[in-house]
Amino acid sequence: MKEEWKGFTEGLWTEEINVSDFIKKNYKPYNDDESFLSGTTPKTDKVWQKCSELLKEELDKHVLDIDTEHMSGINAYEPGYISAEDDVIVGLQTDKPLKRIVNPYGGIRMVYQELEAYGYKLDPTVDKYFNEFRKTHNQGVFDAYPASVRKARHVGLLTGLPDAYGRGRIIGDYRRVALYGIDYLMEQKKKDWDSLIGPMSNDLIQLREDVSMQYRALDEIKKMAQKYGFDISKPAKNAREAVQWTYFAYLAAVKENNGAAMSLGRVDAFFDIYFERDLANGSITEEEIQEIIDQFVIKLRLVRHLRTPEYDELFSGDPTWVTCSIGGITEERESMVTKTSYRILHTLTNLDPAPEPNMTVLWSELLPEPFKKYCARMSIETDALQYENDDVMRPLYGDDYAIACCVSAMREGKDMQFFGARCNLAKALLYSINGGVDEVKGDLVIEGFDKMTDEVLDYEKVKSTYFKMLEVVASIYSDAMNVIHYMHDKYAYEAGQMALHDTHVRRLMAYGVAGLSVVADSLSAIKYAKVKPIRDENGVAIDFEIEGDFPKYGNDDDRVDDLAKEVLEKFYHELSLHKCYRDAEPTLSVLTITSNVVYGSKTGSTPDGRKKGVAFAPGANPMHGRDESGAIASLNSVAKLKYADCCRDGISNTFSIVPSSLGHSKEEQIENLVSLLDGYFIQGAHHLNVNVLSRETLIDAMEHPDKYPLLTIRVSGYAVRFNRLTRKQQEEVIARTFHEKM
Amino acid sequence: MTGFIDSIETFGLVDGPGIRTVVFLSGCQLRCLYCHNPEMWQMKGTQMKSDELLKKILRNKPYFKRNNGGVTFSGGEPTLQKEFLLDICRKLKQEGIHIALDTCGVGVGEYDKILAYVDLVLFDVKYTDSEGYRHLTKYSMEESEKFIEALNRSDKPVWIRQVIVPGLMDTDAYIRSLAEYLKRFKHIEKIEFLPFHHLGFSKYEKLGIENPLQETPEMDPEKCEALYQKFLTYYKG
Repeated sequence: MKEEWKGFTEGLWTEEINVSDFIKKNYKPYNDDESFLSGTTPKTDKVWQKCSELLKEELDKHVLDIDTEHMSGINAYEPGYISAEDDVIVGLQTDKPLKRIVNPYGGIRMVYQELEAYGYKLDPTVDKYFNEFRKTHNQGVFDAYPASVRKARHVGLLTGLPDAYGRGRIIGDYRRVALYGIDYLMEQKKKDWDSLIGPMSNDLIQLREDVSMQYRALDEIKKMAQKYGFDISKPAKNAREAVQWTYFAYLAAVKENNGAAMSLGRVDAFFDIYFERDLANGSITEEEIQEIIDQFVIKLRLVRHLRTPEYDELFSGDPTWVTCSIGGITEERESMVTKTSYRILHTLTNLDPAPEPNMTVLWSELLPEPFKKYCARMSIETDALQYENDDVMRPLYGDDYAIACCVSAMREGKDMQFFGARCNLAKALLYSINGGVDEVKGDLVIEGFDKMTDEVLDYEKVKSTYFKMLEVVASIYSDAMNVIHYMHDKYAYEAGQMALHDTHVRRLMAYGVAGLSVVADSLSAIKYAKVKPIRDENGVAIDFEIEGDFPKYGNDDDRVDDLAKEVLEKFYHELSLHKCYRDAEPTLSVLTITSNVVYGSKTGSTPDGRKKGVAFAPGANPMHGRDESGAIASLNSVAKLKYADCCRDGISNTFSIVPSSLGHSKEEQIENLVSLLDGYFIQGAHHLNVNVLSRETLIDAMEHPDKYPLLTIRVSGYAVRFNRLTRKQQEEVIARTFHEKM
Repeated sequence: MTGFIDSIETFGLVDGPGIRTVVFLSGCQLRCLYCHNPEMWQMKGTQMKSDELLKKILRNKPYFKRNNGGVTFSGGEPTLQKEFLLDICRKLKQEGIHIALDTCGVGVGEYDKILAYVDLVLFDVKYTDSEGYRHLTKYSMEESEKFIEALNRSDKPVWIRQVIVPGLMDTDAYIRSLAEYLKRFKHIEKIEFLPFHHLGFSKYEKLGIENPLQETPEMDPEKCEALYQKFLTYYKG
């Protein structure tokens, strides 16, 4: 046993890299309530005060500052501090808080757009280098994209593809640095590299190159920490070091990469072991522990990436998805809730309700009762939590997985994901009616289909054509993904993050869909009512007349809910027929984040009565206002979509409820929210965002943003400050169904 | 067995404990001045088999686990559809579902049989004397007395609910009489005052029915609460 591990119970983890085993051998479940928690210390107050001022300044200017002289890299920047004397946890992405990094590896054109938007210019040498000598991911992708992918991208059949910036959704097992120290991790990578021998196939050559890059990245992390005066070559000796070492590893990831989602992973039980050891030997107090957690969280809140205004239109409020997974239970069915699970959530009280880190509770029916109630209380008070069903994820991912981005589960250090944005299923439905012609742009996007000329749409015909259309769309989508991730690995490889994975990882090809409820309702309308297309001079349906009523998704009505299921199953089946780059396993998510607004704006009128340009419902939500049978029926519809069989990358549902409808007193509200979560998840549902607020509050906040600077709401898969959404997104959020009593 | 169902609310949080599925059975013999569900006076609406209703309710069973959540039969007056109610209650009991009955006690008999299935009664007190009762409901008070006798025999717990309409029930004399009146109930668990509101007014317009309280203001919730506190002193004293 290493000296730094004194007091820990030995296990497999002492012989190999195995953080999960370390946690299970050493953590102490906590089954009591939140009464032990501490407030902030004067140091934290000072640091947070300073940050609050900077954040306000940033909000006014949109971007506080950009470092145009350096290029992204693990050790590319001088050390930076919020306040050198009061920072308990140190480290910033650049030399100053909120100063953003230029990352040209994903695409240099994107960098120009970003800089121009905020009035900056790139350093001439960087400019020259990336124009003359260094090819980027974006160039690589466009060198290889087939025409079909370009067309699908152009019209918005596929949107948000990571082909011009980092793909993200990779979680390094940052805890490894704290538990083992960098030197041991480097030794292990060297050993792996030595064992990668045999005929030099493409795969083996690529893997050998990857591991070499990982090895060097680990050394870079060590040097970066050295600049801050820390030697992280050896394991962390105490709790403060454990948090600091882990943070350095995460920091390296966000210095090197600018992926959409740069998630943290699952640290609560891990940190708690160190805190418990220090508490037992009397070297730390509860105040000091909370100070460490508060300051760690402050650092996470300052993570920024340089984005274009167009990106903001898709995902407002500068989200970084520093998703922090909390709680869950072990495969032996013991709670993994520790005091540190509480301490992390408590930062929402100590600092203020904020969108980052993206607080994600891994819910199980078996979680301790006081913790369930505490989470419900925090939801009611802050609207900053999301819930994901540990009981459906654990059988697939074990008990040391974490959530990347919003809903994507992966085993820490063992799985990585090829992020794939999403495909517009509603547009594909219109293509099957319109012979593959885009209803907005008029281009022929998918060849080989005839325009339908029927006066009234025939259900069987539309459905069978649609399913054929999905076969073609799946093939185009698969092509796009394979090209993107081939080029991403080649030109913008995440060596620092992959260094904190096993050498042999499982790769998940994460496809996604948008517009599910629009498609389900459209098919239902065609089946149960009379839908007549209104066509333009080219025979393209630009609107629809509906006679009669039809069942709508969101009312626990199998007639339409089964249609939603069937479409998902069909599309997933089609996707899974295509071979994925690096033998990745295909997965599917029903998640839009805030892009449901942009997807809707690019899609013509649909047979369900939705008009051209109107936003889709987010994720797997029923369309706004169509879930009329009360909240439970709405939840039941979404709960029918199958996680394990079909949507292993997540099914997102956002739920808003008026406080007074949830109960008279706070205690009643907490009880009822816990009942709601238990009831939803017992059925095998996957994810729920919870907002407890009234429509009136949001309307007032839209008109008077200054009155609500901290108003945080959950949108699809992340939290955002309401005043940072675009007007259109605000209106969409307000249009959503708010469940209230009659 | 089929019944007439006006509507189902799957997320009821105020009509009994926990999360409840509230089933509104249509049909009512009373014509209360303050009625906020006039669309349920006639026995019409969706005809549903009890098995179908059972299936719908069972979908929500996972939400009933904590705090005795379950089903509340409301209306209209649910005891009017006696046979249907008995049938569905029997089936629900086999599934172990908590049943609440939201009633004014004016049905068509067999109360003992119905109450045998019910776990909780939400009893809607109309008025404390027979003259006032008739004025408010256009119906005789006798039937509800029969129900109360059966309720006392069954010893099932009761939540008393009294709507407070300004000018009708917000007087000291009335709440004194209420304190006296409630002594006849054997097993009261809770007493609620519900302030009269205008949320049902649009239904009258839609149905083209004259609204007798069109000019009556809403009951101020704070005043209602003060009245309740005063009532408690009479009731406990």
